[in-house]
Amino acid sequence: MKAAVRLKPGTHFIEGNLALAEGAIAAGCRFMAGYPITPASEIPNRLSQLLPTVGGVFLQTEDEIAAICSAIGASWAGLKAMTATSGPGVSLMQENIGLAASTETPLVIVDVMRFGPSTGVPSVGLAGDVVQVARGSHGDYQIIALCPESPQEMYDHMIRAFNLAERFRCPVFVLPDGFIGHMREQVVIPPDQEIELAQRKIAPAGTTPLERQDFLDPEVAPMPVFGRGRQAHVTSSCHNGQGMRNLTDPEVMHAFATMPIEKILRHRDQIVEVAADYAPGDVVIVAYGTVARSARAAAQAARAQGLAVGTLCLKTLWPFADQEVAAAAQQARAVLVLENNTGQMLPYIKAEAAAHCPVQFLGPRLLGQIHEPNAVLTRVKEMMS
Amino acid sequence: MRTELTIAGVGGQGSITAGVILGAAAVTYDHQYAAQTSAYSSELRGGFAAAWVVLSEEPVLYPRVIAPDVLVAQAQDSIERFAKVLKPQGVLIYDSDMIAQPPAQITRAHPVAATSLARNEMQAAIVANMIMLGALCQVTGVVSPGALEKAIADAVPQGKQELNLRAFALGRERVG
Repeated sequence: MKAAVRLKPGTHFIEGNLALAEGAIAAGCRFMAGYPITPASEIPNRLSQLLPTVGGVFLQTEDEIAAICSAIGASWAGLKAMTATSGPGVSLMQENIGLAASTETPLVIVDVMRFGPSTGVPSVGLAGDVVQVARGSHGDYQIIALCPESPQEMYDHMIRAFNLAERFRCPVFVLPDGFIGHMREQVVIPPDQEIELAQRKIAPAGTTPLERQDFLDPEVAPMPVFGRGRQAHVTSSCHNGQGMRNLTDPEVMHAFATMPIEKILRHRDQIVEVAADYAPGDVVIVAYGTVARSARAAAQAARAQGLAVGTLCLKTLWPFADQEVAAAAQQARAVLVLENNTGQMLPYIKAEAAAHCPVQFLGPRLLGQIHEPNAVLTRVKEMMS
Repeated sequence: MRTELTIAGVGGQGSITAGVILGAAAVTYDHQYAAQTSAYSSELRGGFAAAWVVLSEEPVLYPRVIAPDVLVAQAQDSIERFAKVLKPQGVLIYDSDMIAQPPAQITRAHPVAATSLARNEMQAAIVANMIMLGALCQVTGVVSPGALEKAIADAVPQGKQELNLRAFALGRERVG
């Protein structure tokens, strides 16, 4: 078998999952553990070929639980690490998503979302996991989630995901759905030297945990990675800033839960990203992921008919773009929310928008089949009449 | 201009491969934009298979095919599934070995005996999809022949380029 090689810089016509794998390597990922699942399997397949060629490691584990645990371990050994799965795999990973959040572990988790619940339809995309990735593990915690709408963004978002994971020491999700995971489109791959990469801060060698603050710093503490000449202590139990277990001090408990949330929310302006294209008085279509394309196609058709219609497309789902949604709603005549599910983000959007203008929801006519622009346009016209 | 195409057949005929090559040719060698999706049943051979391609001079906003401008049908099943959504002035290109009579309402129907040509003139039934691509190229011109030839050469296994390119040329010559 010929050795795999990374795609050269330039324009390629490739499917989203392959673009994502290329993006992972470009981002500096050097460890992936995973277990195959439709519609994500092309990612471990491709990275199992590419990682060994760049000095990295690919591990096929016995299940998704072992996959995320292995990736957490690799991250603590200092590697940029990831796993990739679909919704059923994320369900299995939930306990350890909390482990990664509580131990402030940089980690990228890809969920190529498929039609559920349960086994559902493996090959049909549905944005069914957008809340479970944020709220599925027990306790209070905060993750970051990015939501690509094209193979190009699957490449670009992987670089951003690893950079955010390194910067904020937390799990970062990339949430394409199966539709764009398997869609082919043009993907422009830049030369490596044009890609900006972030690296985590690492605690100084030759020190002990008691001399440092390794955790619970809202500005993000340097990470005491294993095996580089320093002592380190890490536990999933409630711990203080030195990583020492403490189950008695309410101040420590409070900090243990709130500081890993605070370190992300305090920097939300560096994380939250939207694509806003609306004017005052527009009906603003709010959408994310694959159906953001339906939103923009509908807005284009509406404008061609002289109708005042704009879009607000969310590139990040968590932390939630509360300020951006509120700002749009303040100027909008009405908001129409499109989701490729039955309305999972709708309560969050309503909470920001409903005080300012009417908010309506439109799912696809057939769940799992993305909205046709004409159906969106029809609803927009109803809202205007 | 936005052009929507459906290439359909049954599993094993290479309909999806043809769709991928069409999109790659447009994007890589013809300076167009393309979005390509596909669906297939779980049987290895004999089940339904289709590729959808949207071609445009501008980035493709909506990536699905709603009503194709062009239907390439490699099996009777493809007619049953997709002829009804073909645009009124849409073009049908069909394998006349597999489809006896195209629906009467389709006025722009172009037969090509892809399966028998592949078997008898190429000694390789597997290249019937390249014959269909040649026919598509000749009839519609949606992607240039030069771009398709390069994309075919990129996509097929080493040593099989010449066979596939000859099949492509044969489709261009023999389409009705």
